[in-house]
Amino acid sequence: MQLAGWGRFPRVDAELIEPPTAQAVITVLKESDEEGTLIARGAGRSYGDSSLNTQVLSSRFLDSFSSFDEGSARLRCSAGVTIDELLKVSIPKGLFPAVVPGTKQVSIGGAIAADIHGKNHHRDGSFCDHVESLTLALASGEIKVCSTKKNKELFHATCGGMGLTGVILDATVNLEKVPSVFIRSQAIATKNLNHTIEQLEALNDNKFVVAWVDCLATGDELGRGIVHAGNFTEDAPMEYVRRWGPSVPFNTPSLMLNRYSMSWFNNFYYWLYNRPAGEDLDSYDSFFFPLDSIKHWNRLYGRKGFLQYQFLLPEDTAQKGTQAVLERVADAGKGSFLAVLKKFGAGNSNLLSFPGPGLTLTLDFKNEASLFPLLDELDKIVIENGGRHYLAKDARLSAETFKAGYPQWAKFKAVKDKVDPQQRFSSLQSQRIGLTTAKDERL
Amino acid sequence: MNVLIIGATSAIAKAAARQYAARGECLFLIARDDKRLQEMSEDLVVRGADSVNSASLDLLQHDQHSQAIDEAASVLGTIDIALVCHGSLPDQEQAENDFAAAEKALDINGLSVISLVTALAATMKLQGNGKIAVVTSVAGDRGRQPNFVYGAAKAMVSTYLQGLRGKLLPHGVQVIDIRPGLVDSPMTAHLEKGALFSSPETVAAKIVKSIDGNRHTVYAPGYWRLIMLVVKSIPEAIFKRLKF
Repeated sequence: MQLAGWGRFPRVDAELIEPPTAQAVITVLKESDEEGTLIARGAGRSYGDSSLNTQVLSSRFLDSFSSFDEGSARLRCSAGVTIDELLKVSIPKGLFPAVVPGTKQVSIGGAIAADIHGKNHHRDGSFCDHVESLTLALASGEIKVCSTKKNKELFHATCGGMGLTGVILDATVNLEKVPSVFIRSQAIATKNLNHTIEQLEALNDNKFVVAWVDCLATGDELGRGIVHAGNFTEDAPMEYVRRWGPSVPFNTPSLMLNRYSMSWFNNFYYWLYNRPAGEDLDSYDSFFFPLDSIKHWNRLYGRKGFLQYQFLLPEDTAQKGTQAVLERVADAGKGSFLAVLKKFGAGNSNLLSFPGPGLTLTLDFKNEASLFPLLDELDKIVIENGGRHYLAKDARLSAETFKAGYPQWAKFKAVKDKVDPQQRFSSLQSQRIGLTTAKDERL
Repeated sequence: MNVLIIGATSAIAKAAARQYAARGECLFLIARDDKRLQEMSEDLVVRGADSVNSASLDLLQHDQHSQAIDEAASVLGTIDIALVCHGSLPDQEQAENDFAAAEKALDINGLSVISLVTALAATMKLQGNGKIAVVTSVAGDRGRQPNFVYGAAKAMVSTYLQGLRGKLLPHGVQVIDIRPGLVDSPMTAHLEKGALFSSPETVAAKIVKSIDGNRHTVYAPGYWRLIMLVVKSIPEAIFKRLKF
């Protein structure tokens, strides 16, 4: 069947295997053709080709909870459980995941494989920093329980390891006690990139800080945007929110997203928040997961899909590099609705985790032939400034660019080769960026 | 409320059990695989069930049915709702050519269900209340070439339930026949999925709602009633030539 990531590019023909139990996953691993390669897939929310291969193993039916200890705020569940399902059981107990991404439709397995981050990275680190332990099925069908104490090396390779060390079967995660699930937030309109970065730093004491950037603004206004900062508030209820929103029923003509409509949207959004400072009260759902209210929003980019481009620049080059990227994008007139700037805190010891100290910028681009040369240029700017790219968003990075951004790749490869000597686990992405070789080349 | 779920590890049953758990009901599960029952019980407790008990049973062992229902009744106190969900999609070609395969399919999808319903009816008659909900299939509405062995078993159950419904009416026991259409579950993993497939969660939501209300024959989702009305109205002279 045809499979794609959330960006709907690339789209490939794949055999989708959906084991009903963890035991069935092990049977698949033991019995499947040793020549073939496969990759695990959670909710399919990585954007590019991270969860694509000729054979794809879905964790869709591995969706059970095993235990939930309210006292220690520790929850154990199978890899296919989504953040949304988790929220349904954790919110009534006054608990919230320590890290959530921009959508609640990701699986726990996927969150670990990509070591995802949220608006609170500067305070709380990334998802795997709150993973107590995980159970991994190796290529041989052997089961390994990994944590920072047990099978430590494998743990740090699996967290952020994009599914290349094995299939994550379940995990125990630490949740956080929250006073309510509502966020009191403020929005500050900024004049240019320096001002935006200044505000991101000034508001760093807040639990959640993120900036939307108008990526079509040029000249003196380049990098202007809205900085949002917020905290869980005491004086609001603790309840799971069921929000009904529209759905995009089919691919809209991608012509609808052009520089004029985007420029209009960007101006509108800026105008909306460019007002005297005040406070808003948002439910967790609208604060963290605004786009989840529009089902299938990825169809807005048309049949050919879109690419998301997210990179990190270290502190010392962050301002200069981000400025250069925004200038190049504005020149090309290829802006996006969603340009998001965020200041990260310290990184962790996972070998392929994306976050680290510095600034991260995320851009969306409609898939079109003229985009690829532009992204190649942006890659150069990012690497020259000592940065790297987020693999969960990537569909096109070269092996050289990847390796330049992730100096620990060889160390990761060594761990992988130890647990998967025959390279059974591989994705189209890992083949492209040189972490594994394609099937034909292996023979 | 006390809910007994038979064939509890099937996708539809699992989804329904989760909805009952979220409401804080007391659950009793019956299925074949003990390990999966254990896992499912843990899951339902986390999801909010007041209590979860289970018993493993090979449902083809008809002589053990009434004992299993008795056990469930003694653990739960009274059985307010019994949801019978088990079933298995046979290989039609094989079932047509090998009677042993057909017999097994008719047993698991038909006879075993009637055996269980008999035991449930007896228990609920004594209680003087209760609801028996059975998951049958739109396949039972008309015998179609690709799955008439499965369809025949489901039709047998539906017809049985129609009669039983009246019999149990004076005893305050409600009988609900739930006929799902195509469901995207491990049972249909080998089929190519089209627009007519529904998720087990959607079907389960309809089941829970129908049991809460006073429904008797329910299509899940509802548009299958219309589809089957059309399918049933095709004259046999034409229908016999249709391969769908």
